[in-house]
Amino acid sequence: MKTGFSIFLATFVALGASWSGFVLAPLLQLGGAKQTVILQSTDNWPQQRTGNATLGLQVYRAYGCAACHTEQVRQTGVACEVTLTSLGVQQPADFVAFVRSLFALPELAAYTNAMAASLDGWNGGLPKTLLTCPDKDVASAMADRLKAAGIKSETSIVAIGPDIARGWGFRQSVAADYLYDQPVQLGSLRAGPDLANIGVRAPDARWQLQHLYAPKSITPGSTMPAFKFLFEVRQVGAQPAPDALNLTGDFAPPAGFEVVPKPEATELAAYLLSLKANAPLYEAPFTPVTAAK
Amino acid sequence: MNPTENKSSGANEVDASLRVPLLALFGGAAVWLVVGLTLGLIAGIKFHAPDFLGGCPLLTYGRVAPAANDAILYGFCLPAGLGVALWIFARLSQNPLALPLVPVVAANLWHLGVFIGTGGILLGDSTGHVWLEYPRAAAVLLFAAFLLIAVSAAATFGWRSEKSLYPSHWFLFAALLWFPWIYSTANLFLNSNQVPRGVVQPIIGWWFANNLVFIWLALVGIGTAFYFLPKIAGRPFPNTGYGLFGFLTFIFFGSWCGIPSGAPVPAWLPTLSSVAAALTLVPLAAILIVTLKTICCAQVSCKGGPFCFIRFGMMSFIVSGILYVSAACPQYSRVLDFTWFGPAQVQLQLFGFAAMIFFGAIYEILPAVMGKPLPLPKFARLHFWLALAGVLLFVVPLVLAGVVQGEKLLDPKAAFSDANLVALKFLRVSTTGQLLLLLGALLFAANLFIMTIQWKLGLARTVIAYLKSPLETAEVKS
Repeated sequence: MKTGFSIFLATFVALGASWSGFVLAPLLQLGGAKQTVILQSTDNWPQQRTGNATLGLQVYRAYGCAACHTEQVRQTGVACEVTLTSLGVQQPADFVAFVRSLFALPELAAYTNAMAASLDGWNGGLPKTLLTCPDKDVASAMADRLKAAGIKSETSIVAIGPDIARGWGFRQSVAADYLYDQPVQLGSLRAGPDLANIGVRAPDARWQLQHLYAPKSITPGSTMPAFKFLFEVRQVGAQPAPDALNLTGDFAPPAGFEVVPKPEATELAAYLLSLKANAPLYEAPFTPVTAAK
Repeated sequence: MNPTENKSSGANEVDASLRVPLLALFGGAAVWLVVGLTLGLIAGIKFHAPDFLGGCPLLTYGRVAPAANDAILYGFCLPAGLGVALWIFARLSQNPLALPLVPVVAANLWHLGVFIGTGGILLGDSTGHVWLEYPRAAAVLLFAAFLLIAVSAAATFGWRSEKSLYPSHWFLFAALLWFPWIYSTANLFLNSNQVPRGVVQPIIGWWFANNLVFIWLALVGIGTAFYFLPKIAGRPFPNTGYGLFGFLTFIFFGSWCGIPSGAPVPAWLPTLSSVAAALTLVPLAAILIVTLKTICCAQVSCKGGPFCFIRFGMMSFIVSGILYVSAACPQYSRVLDFTWFGPAQVQLQLFGFAAMIFFGAIYEILPAVMGKPLPLPKFARLHFWLALAGVLLFVVPLVLAGVVQGEKLLDPKAAFSDANLVALKFLRVSTTGQLLLLLGALLFAANLFIMTIQWKLGLARTVIAYLKSPLETAEVKS
């Protein structure tokens, strides 16, 4: 590097290459993305948010909720799940004995421990997940054997991974989920739980509002700050306000007062309820795909 | 060329030309450092007492935390780095700073931009993109100010008397080109009326954040260290070939890092990023070799002086780089993503690497530029030990918290609140580290502002003496 020009050239080429790769190419690939079709359905994904939920995303952005919450679920893989729906004429004890007789099959060797553990102390409640395995053929053969014994089952594809096991989602988040988000709030730290499916997990607007007003009234050890300034504590009028929070104990306002959400709180709750990544897509399938047997 | 030789008769003139621009850049930087650390401390306390200052919407965690980070990066690291770069450019050119008024104006525009940006975040005007939170008005000011400073630096470089180039030139020159490109791209796409749809936003955001926090800071920090370490140690630059190899591989591989490996984007993006991160180990090794060859057995008794700051900064850079690369490895990222490990690496890059090197450089530059020794040299040495302890106490617990928290998050049988609670224990220690960093920053600001005030009083005295002096007889007659 003897001249200023050679430094300029090296820098220009290096940054230009990275710009082309991580700015230009994604724009060309995804910049024109449109809605996709939900698997085994004619419905489009994702849907535009309602007005209040769209405003709520701006409240979410303005208060920096993404500093502590992610909106992305991850999965480590997929598996086939065989779920019992009816035992036919068999009693649960007979059925367990029948399943144990299948444990000798070499193809099931890898799953016998898990199956035995799941059947331990089972009282016959249905539906019951019998087998979870990544191999489609093993699951299918199992379903055939159950059918031959007069037992009805359903085979489905499920996503697996810690996030899914926690109940945070049905499948991993994919690029299509964020089509209408502006700004996209993926988040990078889980100081609080993931919110990609909070609209499915806690579908009650009152729950959301109470949680925003006093997180500890719902989760005692919560480290989430209380967003009390999004609510108005005022004297009860002739009639209590219809949207007043139903608070008890330490969290209740003084007698004769009620806690009413301000518009920002209502919008934020509407946005949280709109957070659902629950449609099976081509790149992230999860619903039953094999017919019941 | 060896920077030890440039103590020519012109050095005083060169230093004098930088006095006003550097005081403007460094003075504001010191203020933002204190503001940023105070905001960071408030954010840290909120994890122990969630409702601390909870009634104030301006100071909710989601606003204070990014405001603190941006105040440190945009308020302190960038102007401090630019000031140091201007000084190195002028010294290596053996010319006074070209267009000295331009960086003075730019420094004021810059700090005004940071003020508007910080206020914007606290008032809820953040863009919502990490490291690009500043609203449009602030972004325009920062961009204009950077261009002005770059023009002055480029003019100083273009009119240089000493023609041969020194390794610091490569890094600092690249940094001047790097920032306007990435900052304009990121703002035009993410901070405009025509925002691209969906995940293209975070992709551009990650590209920008990587190129600013990882690459830009490294270019300026290493460029500075490669100037001062040989100079203070009184040796020539150890190995120009390794330095050049490190520079080129760093800008070619490093600029492709930054896309998290589990991100909900087309798989080729994180894959490419992981490969680039692994390749970035090559420049890290080259830079480590050059650094070690410079500092090993150097006969410097620094005792908390500039050499100590810069040496610690370079060691932090290597550690921070290794943490960054390991977090990009899919095997580890499964555990480390979404935990405190990421913030730990960023804080090490900001406080352990960039800030330490700039502190050392400023303690070395200030006496030269002002023409007198530091007013409180003991404060500077105490600052080193406070900053050293602060960085270790701040970052190491966060790294551990990230690993423990990540393992809990991977175990679906462990309640989510458990993962949070184990991390909280470590966060308590790291808040202590933030407090030490803040104390150190106050010592730094004390030295800088006492020097500035002394200089301004001196100026005032000169003016008063001039006004009071009796007119010369020649003037009376005319």
